[in-house]
Amino acid sequence: MQAIQTLKFVKKTAPSWSLGTVSTPSGAVYKISTDWSRADYWGMIKSRTSAFRMNYSVQPGLYAVGDPTKDADVFVTANYKLTFDTLRRELKGLNTWILVLDTKSINVWCAAGKGTFGTDELVNRIAATKLDSVVSHRRLILPQLGAVGVNAAVVQKKTGFRVSFGPVQARDIPAYIRAGHKKTKGMSTITFSMLDRLILTPLELNPAMKKFPWIAAGILLIFGLQPSGLLFKQAWNGGLPFLLLGLLSILAGALVTPVLLPYVPFRSFALKGWIIGVLSIFLALNYFRPVTMHDPLLLSAAYLLFPALSSYIALQFTGATTYTGMSGVKRELKFGVPLYITAAGISSVLMVVFKIREWGLV
Amino acid sequence: MKYLANVTTLQYVSEKCTGCGRCVEVCPQAVFEMRDKRAVVIDRDLCMECGACVQNCEFGALSVNYGVGCAAAIINGMITGNEPSCGCGDTADGCCG
Repeated sequence: MQAIQTLKFVKKTAPSWSLGTVSTPSGAVYKISTDWSRADYWGMIKSRTSAFRMNYSVQPGLYAVGDPTKDADVFVTANYKLTFDTLRRELKGLNTWILVLDTKSINVWCAAGKGTFGTDELVNRIAATKLDSVVSHRRLILPQLGAVGVNAAVVQKKTGFRVSFGPVQARDIPAYIRAGHKKTKGMSTITFSMLDRLILTPLELNPAMKKFPWIAAGILLIFGLQPSGLLFKQAWNGGLPFLLLGLLSILAGALVTPVLLPYVPFRSFALKGWIIGVLSIFLALNYFRPVTMHDPLLLSAAYLLFPALSSYIALQFTGATTYTGMSGVKRELKFGVPLYITAAGISSVLMVVFKIREWGLV
Repeated sequence: MKYLANVTTLQYVSEKCTGCGRCVEVCPQAVFEMRDKRAVVIDRDLCMECGACVQNCEFGALSVNYGVGCAAAIINGMITGNEPSCGCGDTADGCCG
């Protein structure tokens, strides 16, 4: 009867990456593949580019890789599917257990910051999976970045399991095991390569581009508004340069600045973004000339507004980096926000003056 | 890569250190190093205020005002008057990837 029920359960809900089940003192657990299917790759792409990642999860609990014994290592991870996939791929050829915590489909580091990859969840999950009867040892390997949320001393006191914080990156796990569960300095330091940064840019560009139609509509409205009504020709001819510069300043802040991050002078993200913003506007207006603008009022407004926009967008990237802290971002905002508001205010005044003159009111 | 100098709120009282090495084990920025069975801060400006060391120092030798270093979160916090929050898990445009 038990066997039939297990079979039914497996048939109904077995995930595509499972290779069947193994029976343990805590019941049947899925034995999982260490290979990625096409669906796994597609899931990664969607997670990297959209809100799809918010619900991309696996069931919390215990899983088996290979044929783990009672003495096999236990790796703890988050239930964000991309995190889980990244881990299982690196465990190829090993015989281990994976304990998945319920982190609401958030990656380890962010979840640890929120406390969902945390002491309580780990303690409860150990109990719920009867881990102490599945393995005979009392060792757990956690991803190092989970340390923000997990107090190792409390876990040991409450469960008897001793927490080791393993490498930051799952790809270092095989070397970590070969070295007798020892980390090199490289394994415990987080890096932020150009590729890492590039991978993160879609999620910077996405929200900025979602707001772009509103900015565009506003620009076209300003230029098209004439005493005789809303003129399409005026809107297009006058507004197009501003539209292109607006687009350029978004790219400068959300794409160019993050990718070139260490090569742009100054440590402040606001300054980095502003420099790339000014440079982009300057190059566009003077060398590549996809647009021309001669009116000094419009030029001033453009130089005030767009680099400030790039700067503001670049500052948002602090949320995605691996090395910026809260106190620094607060300081940037303290100086930045008043400047952004001033820049936006003055450029609005310049535009109003431009319109008044255009309408021949002065 | 280093962020702004002299902004971190990391405080370390070396007299309380027992040399367990947890801070070296958990710090992702290599702020600490073990020297003569005691942790030393080798570069404060590398600290990103994640709080991992404080969470795992059993002896109260470390403190930091930790939180998310994310502009959107801090602006959110300024507007709503709450703690900075990315809205992870709540909304689709949270900054956690």
